[in-house]
Amino acid sequence: MKTPIYFDYSATTPVDPRVAEEMCKCLTPEGIFGNPASRSHAFGWASEKLVDEARNNVAALINADPKEIVFTSGATESDNLAIKGAAHFYQKNGKHIITCKTEHKAVLDTCRHLEREGFEVTYLAPETNGLIDLEKLKAAVRPDTILVSIMHVNNEIGVIQDIAAIGEMCRDNKIIFHVDAAQSAGKVPIDMGALKVDLMSFSAHKIYGPKGIGALYVRRKPRIRLEAQMHGGGHERGMRSGTLATHQIVGMGEAFRLAKEEMAAENERVRMLRERLLNGLKDIEEVYINGDMEQRVPHNLNISFNFVEGESLMMALKDLAVSSGSACTSSSLEPSYVLRAIGRNDELAHSSIRFSLGRFTVEEEIDFAIDEIRKNIDKLRELSPLWEMFKEGIDINAIEWAAH
Amino acid sequence: MAYSEKVIDHYENPRNVGAMDKDDAHVGTGMVGAPACGDVMRLQIKVGENGVIEDAKFKTYGCGSAIASSSLLTEWVKGKTLDEASTIKNSQIAEELELPPVKVHCSVLAEDAIKAAINDYKSKNGDKAKSA
Repeated sequence: MKTPIYFDYSATTPVDPRVAEEMCKCLTPEGIFGNPASRSHAFGWASEKLVDEARNNVAALINADPKEIVFTSGATESDNLAIKGAAHFYQKNGKHIITCKTEHKAVLDTCRHLEREGFEVTYLAPETNGLIDLEKLKAAVRPDTILVSIMHVNNEIGVIQDIAAIGEMCRDNKIIFHVDAAQSAGKVPIDMGALKVDLMSFSAHKIYGPKGIGALYVRRKPRIRLEAQMHGGGHERGMRSGTLATHQIVGMGEAFRLAKEEMAAENERVRMLRERLLNGLKDIEEVYINGDMEQRVPHNLNISFNFVEGESLMMALKDLAVSSGSACTSSSLEPSYVLRAIGRNDELAHSSIRFSLGRFTVEEEIDFAIDEIRKNIDKLRELSPLWEMFKEGIDINAIEWAAH
Repeated sequence: MAYSEKVIDHYENPRNVGAMDKDDAHVGTGMVGAPACGDVMRLQIKVGENGVIEDAKFKTYGCGSAIASSSLLTEWVKGKTLDEASTIKNSQIAEELELPPVKVHCSVLAEDAIKAAINDYKSKNGDKAKSA
């Protein structure tokens, strides 16, 4: 077994070798390197054919029309295009947007930007299990609400929002509904034929495709209009200009095709591994699972070890590649804003570890991880004055600490 | 974040972990930091009749740099008089452990901890400590 062991599949995944093989065919002089927009020769036609196939594969995973897929540089760009693009196009109908406090920064920061442009944004607080209460969402709707943006699966705690119900509510109120599905595609079945979702963001590198490529689903019936954020040659039906990156798109297409074929079996295998990990940890004293365990993707476990500080735990677990909070914020010393939003206190938020398992995780690695964690939790608690006080029955919350 | 070898050494082999009886007149206890901020340090010193620190123990809840700062401090204060120990500056700890700027607060906390422990000892022992 090789260490460190990768348990951070929600940050990114390695490219599946089968995907890499397809991508490599689109680079060199012998390969299909042409510009898919070149209509005057066979090099362009060959590339265009591959892009079409990839678009079909992306659409097939989510039961959409390939014409509804716009390739972008990734889910961050898709979120920007969806939210800014819809807000700008429909601002004559109103300037109010609703989102959730536990969204990815790509959504939250985009909304903050729109606030500076004069839009009003409501940031809903989720329940303590991480899920949104539909009644609270309904109550936040105003006559001038034009857009609701709610993620499908949370990147930190893995909970699955009921986007079917939210979609019905939005459609009834003639509100555009955007879903960030970066963490759910290939993990949770998505049927755009049934869901009342108007815009959906995807990433390739979360499901064994390459980094630097993603897509935005833009509904045709009823037709959703967007103001382009990137101007140029009018690619992607004018919604996203820029030469199509054939090899990246081919990689994304192959990754989505494999996901459609293997998702059901892979989910069951990964769920067993996650349960094994959970069973190996849950009897440790003072551990808390963050986020709902039922409405949750099978590969995520987010757990707080009380009285142990997260960064020192990660340092102890040097043979395990895990994250504390999300990768995007772990360079800061602030506790996870997602855990704070679901009501975890700072101590528990500081003590959290996210395990995300994936296609290449095996049982032996889970067992090794359980041993490492148990050993190091014991060691760090022996070092922890808070643990000693807890064991002596002292209420740590009753002490007046001097914040610094 | 990359840690210096010294931080890793103190973190993996922390010196002088433990607890002393805080009600003992010879023991001074300093507890600083806050759980909500992600670090709490408890430093205890045992002072001999001659005013020299005979032993030191710590427990720390915090990142590797916080654990290393307090571990290093227990090594440094042993054998020092209270006056000598109170001159230890956070910058010396940060320099010894090669702490990056975002971790300098850990060394500040360690300095606060020894000062608090000395004050606790002095307040328990009144004039006796001053004359020592």
